Amino acid sequence: MNQARSNPLNKAAMHGALILYTLIALFPVFVILINSFKTRKAIFREPLALPGADTFSMIGYQTVMKQGDFFLYFQNSMIVTVVSLTFILLFGAMAAFALSEYRFKGNLVMGLYLALGIMIPIRIGTVAILEMMVATGLVNTLTALILVYTAQGLPLAVFILSEFMRQVSDDLKNAGRIDGLSEYTIFFRLVLPLVRPAMATVAVFNMIPIWNDLWFPLILAPAEETKTLTLGSQVFIGQFVTDWNAVLSALSMAILPVLILYVIFSRQLIRGITSGAVK
Amino acid sequence: MSKPRFRWHILAFLAPAVFVYTAVMIFPLFNTLRLALYSKIDQERVFVGLENFYTLLGNPIWADQFWNALGNNFWFFLIHMVVQNPIGIALAAILSHPRLRFAAFYRSAIFIPTILSFVIVGFAWKLILSPIWGIAPSMLDAVGLKSLFAPWLGKEEYALTTLALVSVWQFVGIPMMLIYAALLSIPEEILEAGEIDGITGTSAFWKIKLPLILPSIGIISILTFVGNFNAFDLIYTSQGALAGPNFSTDILGTFMYRTFFGFQLQLGDPYMGSAIASAMFAIILVGVCIYLFGIQTRMRRYQL
Repeated sequence: MNQARSNPLNKAAMHGALILYTLIALFPVFVILINSFKTRKAIFREPLALPGADTFSMIGYQTVMKQGDFFLYFQNSMIVTVVSLTFILLFGAMAAFALSEYRFKGNLVMGLYLALGIMIPIRIGTVAILEMMVATGLVNTLTALILVYTAQGLPLAVFILSEFMRQVSDDLKNAGRIDGLSEYTIFFRLVLPLVRPAMATVAVFNMIPIWNDLWFPLILAPAEETKTLTLGSQVFIGQFVTDWNAVLSALSMAILPVLILYVIFSRQLIRGITSGAVK
Repeated sequence: MSKPRFRWHILAFLAPAVFVYTAVMIFPLFNTLRLALYSKIDQERVFVGLENFYTLLGNPIWADQFWNALGNNFWFFLIHMVVQNPIGIALAAILSHPRLRFAAFYRSAIFIPTILSFVIVGFAWKLILSPIWGIAPSMLDAVGLKSLFAPWLGKEEYALTTLALVSVWQFVGIPMMLIYAALLSIPEEILEAGEIDGITGTSAFWKIKLPLILPSIGIISILTFVGNFNAFDLIYTSQGALAGPNFSTDILGTFMYRTFFGFQLQLGDPYMGSAIASAMFAIILVGVCIYLFGIQTRMRRYQL
């Protein structure tokens, strides 16, 4: 190809800029992780050094294990995220199918109504949500969180999935109809498997905000048994401000699950974003 | 002609989503707007009309806090617009360069902060910027700029800007990814046609690519706007509900939280909280409308 776009000097400058920004992006995470394995003295004396034989210590992790119920928090976060995602995908796909497959009165209005929630954050309604959860006795239950996150995720899910469902061939569905399949069978057996990539995109998009949310756990489910990992680490760190080992270990323990999920799903996430799912 | 029979399956497909969405999102949203018109007098809920809004804007104690939070929120948004989005666009422009090695690695690494929770980001930066630990001062010392160091998060005049920059650090991955996607969708022929006319390198970016990705920049701006005007978590985790020092980092989200949930000596007031939520709703709605009707429809779109 041509010369103009591949000047070696330019290339070095580009790598330089990218490396610099990558360092900026990773440096804080790196500092937290390495210092969580050090003794208190070493944390302060040589904050940028890797843990060595004489500075290695797991004392922070021991404090965290003793004081905080991180396994419970982790389990709560897991339940809330997985169940919410299941509902978002199932209900979202069903509604998207109805909107993209059938012509009926009110189709357009219904589509716009569901799309409203893409731009308007659910947090604005928090006062009334809390009141409703108090009235129904759902405060301090994981159900309250699941309901809120399902409602929050549905608008974008319906929007993205209906875009994809329009591309599923009509011939396939009509062939199914001629064979006497019910509309439900057509949806679950024929259409759902075909939009699986889009479902994965929706799942990855929703997973991170749900897992990381602090606002709703703080307001709707702050009890010890229902704390999510995000809220649990926030409260724990707030209590142990002066115990640097414990704080750094708690932060690392909060970083790791997300990092692992990211390593597993990053390809999916990036493909999802770059395939124009959010145009 | 006989009336076509009612198609129950459409209802069955739509019902769960519409029900949950209406019950947990739309209904509470309007209920919150309604609650803003009530107040608690002698343990009873009384309709007071626009009283709460008069208090919010007219009573000096409330009005000062409200304008402070609103002003801070605009500053927070402005920093995102002038720092986060240009950096994101620049990174995307470099990444989209054809045959750049390790592009996937850079992309994934730069996106990592975006997936971390505010709790992690808030505390991590609090520790790094802390004068007690001394990572920030000793790093500045290494490049001979130690005199520039100040306990940024503890100073009224710097705290909000520092937090906005931390938030920029966290979210730069989003504009980067969206612009990257937009840049990839520009057909090669257009760029080659430009090359034949002698437009290459930087000028190709300014003259060809930038006009083509303007719609994506518009989307990023509105996403940033909505995200910033209901931000809460970062300020809360690093500065607490009081948004210290001396409310200098208070934004609408923290102000609403304090008002409606209460803190320390102040009792929670759901009705004033609803009034603030309504104000936030109005601001976000105005922003979205300006985008939809003022910017998006006037933007020139090119058929690719």
